[in-house]
Amino acid sequence: MSSNSFAYTEQSGGGETAELGQEATSTISPSGAFGLFSSDLKKNEDLKQMLESNKDSAKLDAMKRIVGMIAKGKNASELFPAVVKNVASKNIEIKKLVYVYLVRYAEEQQDLALLSISTFQRALKDPNQLIRASALRVLSSIRVPIIVPIMMLAIKEASADLSPYVRKNAAHAIQKLYSLDPEQKEMLIEVIEKLLKDKSTLVAGSVVMAFEEVCPDRIDLIHKNYRKLCNLLVDVEEWGQVVIIHMLTRYARTQFVSPWKEDDGLEDNEKNFYESDDELKEKTEDRKKPYSMDPDHRLLIRNTKPLLQSRNAAVVMAVAQLYWHISPKSEAGIISKSLVRLLRSNREVQYIVLQNIATMSIQRKGMFEPYLKSFYVRSTDPTMIKTLKLEILTNLANEANISTLLREFQTYVKSQDKQFAAATIQTIGRCATNISEVTDTCLNGLVCLLSNRDEIVVAESVVVIKKLLQMQPVQHGEIIKHMAKLLDSITVPVARASILWLIGENCERVPKIAPDVLRKMAKSFTSEDDLVKLQILNLGAKLYLTNSKQTKLLTQYILNLGKYDQNYDIRDRTRFIRQLIVPNEKSGALSKYAKKIFLAQKPAPLLESPFKDRDHFQLGTLSHTLNIKASGYLELSNWPEVAPDPSVRNVEVIELAKEWTPTGKAKKENPAKKFYSESEEEEESSDSSSSDSEGGGSEEEEDSSEDSSEGSSSEEESESGDESEAENKRMATRNSKNKGKSDTEDGKKKNEKSKTSGSSDADSSSIESSSDSESESESEYESRKTTKEIGKQTKQDRNLLTKDVSLLDLDDFNPISTPVVLPTPALSPSLIADLEGLNLSTSSSVISVGTPVFVPGKTHVLLHRMSGKGLAANYFFPRQPCIFGDKMVSVQITLNNTSDRKIENIHIGEKKLPVGMQMHVFHPIDSLEPEGSITVSMGIDFCDSTQTASFQLCTKDDCFNVTIQPPIGELLLPVTMSEKDFKKEQGMLTGMNETSAVIIAAPQNFTPSMVLQKVVNVANVGVVPSGQDNIHRFAAKTVHSGSLMLVTVELKEGSTAQLIINTEKTVIGSVLLRELKPVLSQG
Amino acid sequence: MIHSLFLINCSGDIFLEKHWKSVVSQSVCDYFFEAQEKAADVENVPPVISTPHHYLISIYQDKLFFVSVIQTEVPPLFVIEFLHRVADTFQDYFGECSEAAIKDNVVIVYELLEEMLDNGFPLATESNILKELIKPPTILRSVVNSITGSSNVGDTLPTGQLSNIPWRRAGVKYTNNEAYFDVVEEIDAIIDKSGSTVFAEIQGVIDACIKLSGMPDLSLSFMNPRLLDDVSFHPCIRFKRWESERVLSFIPPDGNFRLISYRVSSQNLVAIPVYVKHSISFKENSSCGRFDITIGPKQNMGKTIEGITVTVHMPKVVLNMNLTPTQGSYTFDPVTKVLTWDVGKITPQKLPSLKGLVNLQSGAPKPEENPSLNIQFKIQQLAISGLKVNRLDMYGEKYKPFKGVKYVTKAGKFQVRT
Repeated sequence: MSSNSFAYTEQSGGGETAELGQEATSTISPSGAFGLFSSDLKKNEDLKQMLESNKDSAKLDAMKRIVGMIAKGKNASELFPAVVKNVASKNIEIKKLVYVYLVRYAEEQQDLALLSISTFQRALKDPNQLIRASALRVLSSIRVPIIVPIMMLAIKEASADLSPYVRKNAAHAIQKLYSLDPEQKEMLIEVIEKLLKDKSTLVAGSVVMAFEEVCPDRIDLIHKNYRKLCNLLVDVEEWGQVVIIHMLTRYARTQFVSPWKEDDGLEDNEKNFYESDDELKEKTEDRKKPYSMDPDHRLLIRNTKPLLQSRNAAVVMAVAQLYWHISPKSEAGIISKSLVRLLRSNREVQYIVLQNIATMSIQRKGMFEPYLKSFYVRSTDPTMIKTLKLEILTNLANEANISTLLREFQTYVKSQDKQFAAATIQTIGRCATNISEVTDTCLNGLVCLLSNRDEIVVAESVVVIKKLLQMQPVQHGEIIKHMAKLLDSITVPVARASILWLIGENCERVPKIAPDVLRKMAKSFTSEDDLVKLQILNLGAKLYLTNSKQTKLLTQYILNLGKYDQNYDIRDRTRFIRQLIVPNEKSGALSKYAKKIFLAQKPAPLLESPFKDRDHFQLGTLSHTLNIKASGYLELSNWPEVAPDPSVRNVEVIELAKEWTPTGKAKKENPAKKFYSESEEEEESSDSSSSDSEGGGSEEEEDSSEDSSEGSSSEEESESGDESEAENKRMATRNSKNKGKSDTEDGKKKNEKSKTSGSSDADSSSIESSSDSESESESEYESRKTTKEIGKQTKQDRNLLTKDVSLLDLDDFNPISTPVVLPTPALSPSLIADLEGLNLSTSSSVISVGTPVFVPGKTHVLLHRMSGKGLAANYFFPRQPCIFGDKMVSVQITLNNTSDRKIENIHIGEKKLPVGMQMHVFHPIDSLEPEGSITVSMGIDFCDSTQTASFQLCTKDDCFNVTIQPPIGELLLPVTMSEKDFKKEQGMLTGMNETSAVIIAAPQNFTPSMVLQKVVNVANVGVVPSGQDNIHRFAAKTVHSGSLMLVTVELKEGSTAQLIINTEKTVIGSVLLRELKPVLSQG
Repeated sequence: MIHSLFLINCSGDIFLEKHWKSVVSQSVCDYFFEAQEKAADVENVPPVISTPHHYLISIYQDKLFFVSVIQTEVPPLFVIEFLHRVADTFQDYFGECSEAAIKDNVVIVYELLEEMLDNGFPLATESNILKELIKPPTILRSVVNSITGSSNVGDTLPTGQLSNIPWRRAGVKYTNNEAYFDVVEEIDAIIDKSGSTVFAEIQGVIDACIKLSGMPDLSLSFMNPRLLDDVSFHPCIRFKRWESERVLSFIPPDGNFRLISYRVSSQNLVAIPVYVKHSISFKENSSCGRFDITIGPKQNMGKTIEGITVTVHMPKVVLNMNLTPTQGSYTFDPVTKVLTWDVGKITPQKLPSLKGLVNLQSGAPKPEENPSLNIQFKIQQLAISGLKVNRLDMYGEKYKPFKGVKYVTKAGKFQVRT
């Protein structure tokens, strides 16, 4: 208290001098007077003067200097009274700097800080939102416990502020208050709950941050906001995205069941061997209920995907860890590309990303195998990056790539960076143990390194060789002899110790050399390192036991030396060994077993990755990087056995909704429900993602069910739902009045609604437009309603029906990505195909879709310019997985305007598709200038047949009938698999499923590169690495059903070759055979 | 999240500190100095360090260390990315991110840091918003301010902050409306001893400089968008449009920014524009060696290759080098053992070469590995991947903007092993 009163007097003193100063119109003399009392305060006095002055510029100068002091870490706390007075300054820059000062020193000068509070309280009511926000910011940053109630009040008020910016600041203030006074937790949770409901993207990130800090265990607060957060995610600022994604990852792990198939390990593969496919199919269906992903789970996975394209490395990493931890294993593959992209970034980002890749690559090699070369080391990389890359290369090494890798390692071993060279040698050791085929090669290579000039390299090689030899108790006498010779030259203790241990362990295999080595060592015993001394003792003991005739005296001598060694470990060891091996009258029962003790079989050391044990930490976290549990780390829980009630996430606003929610998703066993389970719920979430704009879209569809061009545009709209929603908001913010916005929109919506069927009354439609989540639940309701109507009909029928049932988007019924798994009486052919596809992909975990080996530039004419009245269209197969749906083949269409006038409104008209075939059309093109050209992409699901897709390409004035017939080779997607897997799969596809032909052609056509080029030109297949030169293997899967398509070209003697195709889809197989045959035989 | 920030220069002085929560003593940096000492090289200082009470996450940029103090679990990339954003903002404001610039503008730095983080959580990091809140220093403005007494600090909330396009400020006006795009591609490659390519890929960026009035809505399309294998976007780009049509559609920020960065997959063949013939040898038991390299054009698409520089980190035993270049000039730094040869342009008639003797430390064993050559070059008016911008359309505004696209190909991490 006394110090405070002092401060007060000082302050008033300051005030007086200031007045004096002003009267005298001189600012120098009073500070001079003060200088007499304390010379080092002189400068500060000068500052005080300036702060008291009338002129803003002087005050500003003073504040700037003070901030400079703070920045340097100098103490400026004594100026507190003078500064705090300026808190109410009109000049905004002074005010801001005063804030900076206050926040820094308020904790130290609590009583004085209270003087400023009233200013903030006033500012909290300011009409300018920036001022309100910054007042709240500073008020909450002043760490003075007395004002906790005031802060609490301010936060509560601000959380209801009209400005989202102020609400954002309120969310930040929550954390500050919580760290100041944890007692307030309950009250703060209420505020958090309220702010979580906020629909502004500005607030979302900050409030989730507060949630994570204050009450991360209150997962129940998230339920109702889950879908909203998922849908808003793309529009949230990047930092908020990171926090939300991390939180949602934890949430998903507690709320959904595991999408990872339990039996994707060996067990299943074995089954495949013994049972025919059909049996297996039945079996799997019997054994387990088909897993279907909760639509909310799917929603999260889908809505985070675009963020992989973010420029912010933290966001990409956050999405990557989300996919790693919660997506089905087959889908996690897409993150590798983005992570590899981050490796181009600065070294810090590289460091973290490489660490995470290292952990991932241990568990799922396949993910990063295609990017092997991206991990090659450059001589300019920092050592820490080099070693991490090496770690990943080791994890990725397998039979197929090891030879390339070893060649690469050879370059590294010679590196000037010796630490890195040593790490490479360890890596070679690990590869040698992991891949038995190359063990001998590696060992030989390491032995060669023993003659290296660099000691560190030699030493490291010795250590690794020791480990390798220990694992392979075969005769390696030569190597041991070679190493014994090295003892003369090598000085690194670890290496010397390793050699001695090795000789001791194998002393019976090198009976002549071992005693000699012991003799030499006895000579140099006193000058050796402790580590080496211990091994000399061991060697002595072992030799004494096996060859006591020659070494008895030597060992005794060494034991005597050890007895008087300075190190007590060595003295201990000496005493112990002497008692054990030298027979005397006192020796106990143990010495009988001495030989067993010393020459026991020792277990080989395990050479494993230092990243092995990191996987229990969530990826991308600080704890993972440090491999220590950091404070505040939140464990990722295991998947629940049974999913908690998913209906908690439903936002029940309208009464109608209640009718179905209880019977909703929770009950999967309901047969009618089951039928639609996957694809249906899929759609619901797609509905919800498109939210507001969706309503309009589907109505358009209904209005013009005949005119499918508009229908297609509405599809497009629902595709880009998030965006158009965003646009709406953008518009709205320009209007700036929230209320005005919703009013006008309501109006619009109502108009549109009234046009449509009366299935929902005006009430619900207005509710829909006012909130995302509500609209979502409503559309869910709608689709469910239609499902009831349709009942148990087959899928085709459903498609027809949809046209009648106006409320649904046509798009809704195209199963976009996941196939339908359901036992229903009447399955359409395409459904059966779906089933097959699904089962196949579950049984063979080895299959992963790769990138096309070769993309032929060949284009096909869709519409000639003569017949198209100036509009020319060419199409081409880019061989990329289709973005519109898993089962679609992507087709790129290039439209050219060769006429001399503008062509307007180019779109797809009526489609005449064979049964089951589906098509995703492109966005209509408003206009195409003369000589203009535009490329659009489409997706067509050809149902694995070469049937033509006919449709109309329409312009504003004309319609042209066009057709696309896919070459058989384009109905495939390349698959990457190893030779072993290939053979295994091939073994399962024999008999009926195999077609073959003999080809005769000139030998020069059978060079590996020619064969490769020819095959990939015809068909989109992936190359399988082959161990034999005369056999070429290619693998692919059909786009629609995912059936494997294995192509083997075996070159025979003379100029013949055997072409074999194994596939379940025998028709496609034989067509492909027919196509490949002439291509391969012609010159 | 982020508790405090310390800026440290190369000689280990802490010249700026900022705390967002309660004050953390400077002594926490001792752990950092310790790690720095252990690492020997600045490049090798681990970015994440654990201390008894805090965690230190640091970045090294422009010869400065940005050391942040963390107390609880946070994704490390979050902090790293943010620190880089801070450094970039300084660069943007002061033209350089150096100790001198930061010290000169310490007040602005402090104001910026105050706006960028609130309680350790990022608040405003978009350059457009920050510039509305705190105006960058210019000579003219400081003169005007000193006369009129107006301040550098904005007093209204930037419009962008509230909208869904936080990256663009409102009320932008230009007399000449211009939009420029630079397509810059870098070739990353490792070429082995025999001249065959071990690894090559193309990394590209499109940097934009947009000076357009109002709220223009641009769409940029390519002749061959499917070339782009993997793309990352500025937040302004509408992802769905790209997914469905491969068109970049966006409302741009004002000024300079990076629109996209992309990678052209290594599966496509990458044209390597230069080749290097080299013969570097060190004689056994002798204190000298030979050095001879020649550079020539390979697949250069008929364009001139210019700005060639060869950098070689020679082994430690090299004392000095006596070389003669047929073109350009070379320097050898005997301390860092770095040889730099500034070649300039390649004229196919006479290929540039550099040959001569290398003096080794006598008595030391000869180096077992030849050094690898790092090569820099530049090719104007060429995007090596063949990427071509088709057209740029503008909607939402009436005026006709001036548009321009420039292509450049450069060497990225281009290394030749010898």
